[in-house]
Amino acid sequence: MEWQPVIGLEVHAQLATQSKIFSGAATAYGAAPNVQACGVDLGLPGVLPVLNAQAVELAVRFGLAIDAEIAPCSVFARKNYFYPDLPKGYQISQYEHPIVGCGHLRITLDERELDIGITRAHLEEDAGKSVHGVVSGRTGIDLNRAGTPLLEIVSEPVMHSAREAVAYMRELHRLVRHLGICDGNMQEGSFRCDANVSLRPAGSDTLGTRTEIKNLNSFRFVERAIEFEIERQRDILEDGGKVVQETRLYDPDKDETRTMRTKEDAHDYRYFPDPDLLPVSVSADDLARIRATLPELPAARIARYVDDYGLGREDAALLVNEPAVAAFFEASLGPLEVPAKAVANWITGEVFGALNRAGLAVDDIPITPAMLNQLVARIGDGTVSGKGAKTVFQAMWSEGGLPDDIIEAQGLKQVSDSGAIDAIVDEVIAANPAQVQDYLAGKEKILGYLVGQAMKASKGKANPAAVSALLVDKLKGD
Amino acid sequence: MSESFPRGVAELSAGLAAGDFSSVELTRHYLARIANHDAAVNAYITVCGERALAQAAAADARRAAGTAGALTGIPYAHKDIFCTRGVRTSCASRMLDNFVAPYDAHVTECLDRAGLVMLGKTNMDEFAMGSSNESSYYGRTCNPWDPGRVPGGSSGGSAAAVAAGLAPLATGTDTGGSIRQPAALCGISGLKPTYGRVSRFGMIAFASSLDQGGPMARSAADLALMLNVMAGFDARDSTSVERPDEDFTAPLANGVDGLRIGIPREYFGAELDPRVGDTVHAALAELERRGARLSEISLASAPLAIPAYYVIAPAECSSNLSRFDGVRYGYRCADPTDLTDLYERSRSEGFGAEVKRRILVGTYALSSGYYDAYYRKAQQVRRLIKEDFARAFDTVDLIAGPTTPAPAFAAGTHVDDPVTMYLSDVYTTAVNLAGLPALSVPAGFLDGLPVGLQLIGNYFDEGRLLATGHALQQVSDAHRAVPPAFA
Repeated sequence: MEWQPVIGLEVHAQLATQSKIFSGAATAYGAAPNVQACGVDLGLPGVLPVLNAQAVELAVRFGLAIDAEIAPCSVFARKNYFYPDLPKGYQISQYEHPIVGCGHLRITLDERELDIGITRAHLEEDAGKSVHGVVSGRTGIDLNRAGTPLLEIVSEPVMHSAREAVAYMRELHRLVRHLGICDGNMQEGSFRCDANVSLRPAGSDTLGTRTEIKNLNSFRFVERAIEFEIERQRDILEDGGKVVQETRLYDPDKDETRTMRTKEDAHDYRYFPDPDLLPVSVSADDLARIRATLPELPAARIARYVDDYGLGREDAALLVNEPAVAAFFEASLGPLEVPAKAVANWITGEVFGALNRAGLAVDDIPITPAMLNQLVARIGDGTVSGKGAKTVFQAMWSEGGLPDDIIEAQGLKQVSDSGAIDAIVDEVIAANPAQVQDYLAGKEKILGYLVGQAMKASKGKANPAAVSALLVDKLKGD
Repeated sequence: MSESFPRGVAELSAGLAAGDFSSVELTRHYLARIANHDAAVNAYITVCGERALAQAAAADARRAAGTAGALTGIPYAHKDIFCTRGVRTSCASRMLDNFVAPYDAHVTECLDRAGLVMLGKTNMDEFAMGSSNESSYYGRTCNPWDPGRVPGGSSGGSAAAVAAGLAPLATGTDTGGSIRQPAALCGISGLKPTYGRVSRFGMIAFASSLDQGGPMARSAADLALMLNVMAGFDARDSTSVERPDEDFTAPLANGVDGLRIGIPREYFGAELDPRVGDTVHAALAELERRGARLSEISLASAPLAIPAYYVIAPAECSSNLSRFDGVRYGYRCADPTDLTDLYERSRSEGFGAEVKRRILVGTYALSSGYYDAYYRKAQQVRRLIKEDFARAFDTVDLIAGPTTPAPAFAAGTHVDDPVTMYLSDVYTTAVNLAGLPALSVPAGFLDGLPVGLQLIGNYFDEGRLLATGHALQQVSDAHRAVPPAFA
């Protein structure tokens, strides 16, 4: 039988606030255990939560960007369960009345555009984490993360392949980073997802029994875990078995999912409105004010790069993935007039490569847009050869300085006028009679060799185009 | 009590100001009384002698420097539900027997700032759940008027301390009557302010939407002085209400001439001891003689208050008390075998029977499949109760009735009968469900036991409540009576 996979994602995006959602403790990553947990985060007797207004603002930004209804009044609820890393014995979340209602996100996959429905997005606090192995035989609790603001973004179950799910997650990732509401750092857990997967006979419109795969924190894991789960469920169904509704974990080392807890162990969370917090109201004025601060959204930016700069879709998307890169790209297009495509190639090629080698983040690019702009302009006007430009790039990456100064200082200026290369070309013709004969006999490919010899003789400074033209001139002209 | 120290706070304040005695002398006097008498009352869980004397010395220094306020140097007893930095804050539970609070509650800070001297932490029902102070891990508190009877609860230790002259002032908290009912049973005055008037920050939560801290004292005038320092906006409590500062002593002299007092017929039903009704009517007649206009009103949803309260309060408590899990602080069972064992035994051994009963009831009421029938329904009833009061306040300024259906009952009589125990809150819980302010003042005595008059005001109308209580106390001596054993 043909089976159709049905996939929905619950993405947790950590909101980029300075302090926690209900306390004044810092949210920075990587501090020593429990130093960023105040009385509220520890769940001391008598403490009370106070809502961080910035978290609400960021959630609204997201809601407006996906064209969603923003609830004029949303309500925090308590989700009750016991776990050592959950200090109060409940998580403050939103349940019946989330801040962001129905919206949608457009994704592109294989040149196809798809609209993915988003059911809701709600604010909640993160839990702490259990730390194993620090004290032998015991489990430690680190509450630094407890109370970190999260936006849980729940999609409709409308995706039908792992690739579609990943494309959606990538688009969401691009969006939250563009909006500046989440740093998107997946290794640190700032952007992670749970995937709900089920299969149904092709053509059916009722949903099959689903499993939920928890805590996927890379695009690759999302794709692998969903693919594994589709295969696993297909095998069960083909054998006439039944999929068990359960929560599963993906093990990247073994590339498989396995049972975490079944429906029978499912918690009754006993949600009820949190009496310590007032309902959150967002007025029409708030909406107008926040809407006015929204940046150009990634989809529009990609389309603009394709339409206005003639970039390919993939290159455009690559630049737009990182708002800092897109900004760098746009800033590098001036003041000197340069072809946008060449600038894009330098960024996706040399700049990305150098960042990778240095292990740097895009915010730490050591060169300025003005430097890249001048470099690309100098290639365009023939001042420097492509090879020479790479030397200039290396120099400005590690030492700084403007391309014009580096070209001057390192003598990288390309020689283009025929007078200066005339002698070199003559020498090359004289020194390679056999090759010249071959060329004249019709082996035109040998020209490349002769040009190479001339370049070598000029120590790389000759403009290869000029050398080539002069060679042809001299050989054919004779 | 020694002749040299008056009992009323205004008089104590005047004595301190005139230099008749120092705060250190006054504090020593109360500490001595506690040492002599508290064994018979068990009003205190923790007495903070040295700390109190240090605070008293600081208050005297402040007075010498000319920066003393009305209550600087006045001792008070602090209900053991308010976090107090460096002092055990137990909530009368084994669960927090070893818990020394690392921070001060907002109310603790306010009283500190005003220069009051904390004598100690008072006994209460465990986690404020009870109406008799019998659920305390530290043993029951005795009613100073009859040691065989309960002082009421949950602020029973505070009420008994004031009644027995072991403190001139005390803090209380009121979730369903926990200030007013013990005030009534011990013959003192107690005010439950409007929800949001006093910050809940640092007050260990029982039922967050109902809990409210407030003052307990001998007279309405003393309550006004104490409310002046307890009330006020606190950004750390999202339900705290921002309002201009008020001086609650200012309206005390207003009297009751022309005041419209509504008397709900539902508060004089079959459950009421008729002699309590007579005592309350007699007190109201005094107010009428002073110019108040009495009229009968109806609060039709009143009978629904107890059932709604005993769904909402346990539901909230079942969640509020989840943090007591033996992981980070408080009681932890010996040698847990695994995580589940740690949770189960720490909580089974750390909590008393009444707390466990309410956690179970509340957990049930919030369970999937029961939520709509219990919690949601109770919230709907709560709205009806609010609307009842709102309608009543269209035609009257205050509502009056008995605080409790009967005077203090004998210890042990209701312990195994929670429903009868819960019914002692029959006139008080509706006020918490609506978030209104209410005052209990002594109305008179029945067989040597105090009877309380409850006055319920509109939102933020504490001033009028206190003025009315004060007017009664100008013509009644009930609030001045002293239990014979503690004269």
